[in-house]
Amino acid sequence: MNIKTDQTLDAKGLACPMPIVKAKKAIKELASGQVIKIEATDKGSTADMKAWAEKTGNQYLGTTEDHDVLSHYIRKSSDEDTQEKQHPNVVDNESIESLDENAVILDVRESAEYAFGHIPGAISIPLSDLDERMGEIDDTKNIYVVCRTGNRSDMASQKLAARGFDHVYNVVPGMSEWSGETKKSK
Amino acid sequence: MTVNPMTAQEVTEKILNNDQLFILDVRNEDAFQDWKIEGKGITYLNIPYFDLLDGVEEILDQLPSDQDILVVCAKEGSSIMVADMLSEEGRDVSYLQGGMKAWSEYLQPVKVADLNDGGELYQFVRIGKGCLSYMVISNSEAAIIDATRMTDAYVAFAENKGAKVVHIFDTHLHADHISGGRKLAAQTGATYWLPPKDADEVTFDYAPLEDQEIVKVGDTKITIHALYSPGHTIGSTSFVIDEQYLLSGDILFIDSIGRPDLAGKAEDWVQDLRDTLYTRYKELSDELIVLPAHFMTIDELNDDGTVSERLDTLFKNNHGLNIENEEEFRKMVTENLPPQPNAYQEIREMNMGKINPSDEDQREMEIGPNRCAVR
Repeated sequence: MNIKTDQTLDAKGLACPMPIVKAKKAIKELASGQVIKIEATDKGSTADMKAWAEKTGNQYLGTTEDHDVLSHYIRKSSDEDTQEKQHPNVVDNESIESLDENAVILDVRESAEYAFGHIPGAISIPLSDLDERMGEIDDTKNIYVVCRTGNRSDMASQKLAARGFDHVYNVVPGMSEWSGETKKSK
Repeated sequence: MTVNPMTAQEVTEKILNNDQLFILDVRNEDAFQDWKIEGKGITYLNIPYFDLLDGVEEILDQLPSDQDILVVCAKEGSSIMVADMLSEEGRDVSYLQGGMKAWSEYLQPVKVADLNDGGELYQFVRIGKGCLSYMVISNSEAAIIDATRMTDAYVAFAENKGAKVVHIFDTHLHADHISGGRKLAAQTGATYWLPPKDADEVTFDYAPLEDQEIVKVGDTKITIHALYSPGHTIGSTSFVIDEQYLLSGDILFIDSIGRPDLAGKAEDWVQDLRDTLYTRYKELSDELIVLPAHFMTIDELNDDGTVSERLDTLFKNNHGLNIENEEEFRKMVTENLPPQPNAYQEIREMNMGKINPSDEDQREMEIGPNRCAVR
């Protein structure tokens, strides 16, 4: 799994409580919505990272294991839940559960969020990369834009509309409430 | 204020004395809910250490001033941090040395009885995990039954008693804890006995333990009489020691009975379990003292710290021995079972010699309570 992150913290060889003490400091330095990878060897760190992230309002994305090194991915909390949505075409989660071949699901979350669970067939272009990668999207299709709660997808939908995409739908709320099938990246 | 380590042995003694103890458990909430230190005099507060990184002021008024306070975490690091913070706020507290890992590994030897001709029977109470193992000593020889992986404790104990370990038995292929049998046999040169029906996949040599086999410890003074008693596993074997003590393995406990599902064969083994409990055990002497391989709750400990009860008392009081209706019995042991023990499949593979995890991984595999029973 190749996951892009904004920051990597080395907590290998450290015993509890140090991985979390260090993660807490490191996450303070991040901007809202950025993703940190924390490498640790303490086996107990997985359950603790998850519980700690949930308590502090940060988003625990998942953990991978490679040769006894655990990589925990956490996205710093952001105030996106409270923002007002502006793109006019909005659909709910249910309406994208079955789509025809003329439809594309565009997932604009961070690559780490996508890696730990996305709708099968969704393509991944993080919001921050959208301007430069817009050419990869087929503008003849109906484009359903998803993120976690509907705000980043709102911004992405506006960008696409401004660049002349005609059939762009913001999916609200998005992955936070998604009950259909999901896939992990290999 | 000072911060003192408290050992697992000291905590055990407090529990056996029913002393008051206030435990501040700083592990995450799931870990605490799953498994904790238990005792009649213990009260708890569970606040994860990561909620206390900015200070402990907010919990100070929840800590009693008239009781010993013990801070507990998984491996001790976080409990030392929190204990230091409490100490800076002027509180006198201890932390559990080695954390729940040490708690899980501590063995408390308790004498069950003097046997004929100067022999002795000891129960090793693994209080943190509810596992019980046994040592029979007679005439400078020792036999160990259902040893845990903390083999040094048995070797040192036998040495201290001037006894040589000659026989090692497992009542069955364990699924909840790692057997120390093979390691102990290598350390001491003793014979390692296993019920062959549980051992068809093991990768090492062992002595097959057949029904009615009699093994002597110390110049024929003490006999260990094998009694085939399937149900928890297909090979489960009980032992009658000196015609007085029934080591029931994971078939019969004090307040519950064995579960038949840990090898994935609940339906197949229900009838075996019923036959063992309701027929084979029924034919044994009422006066036998039952010594199981586990306890489930701290209430099962007797005042002297042993876990034991007369067989006739269990036939009267143990719910699992008093279900007349076979269908009701089948339902009880196959439906609504408690969660399976942590990593039980890996533990079975390890006990068959198929995998060889590091010591650290073995510790992780054994985290949590044993959960071998239904009631």
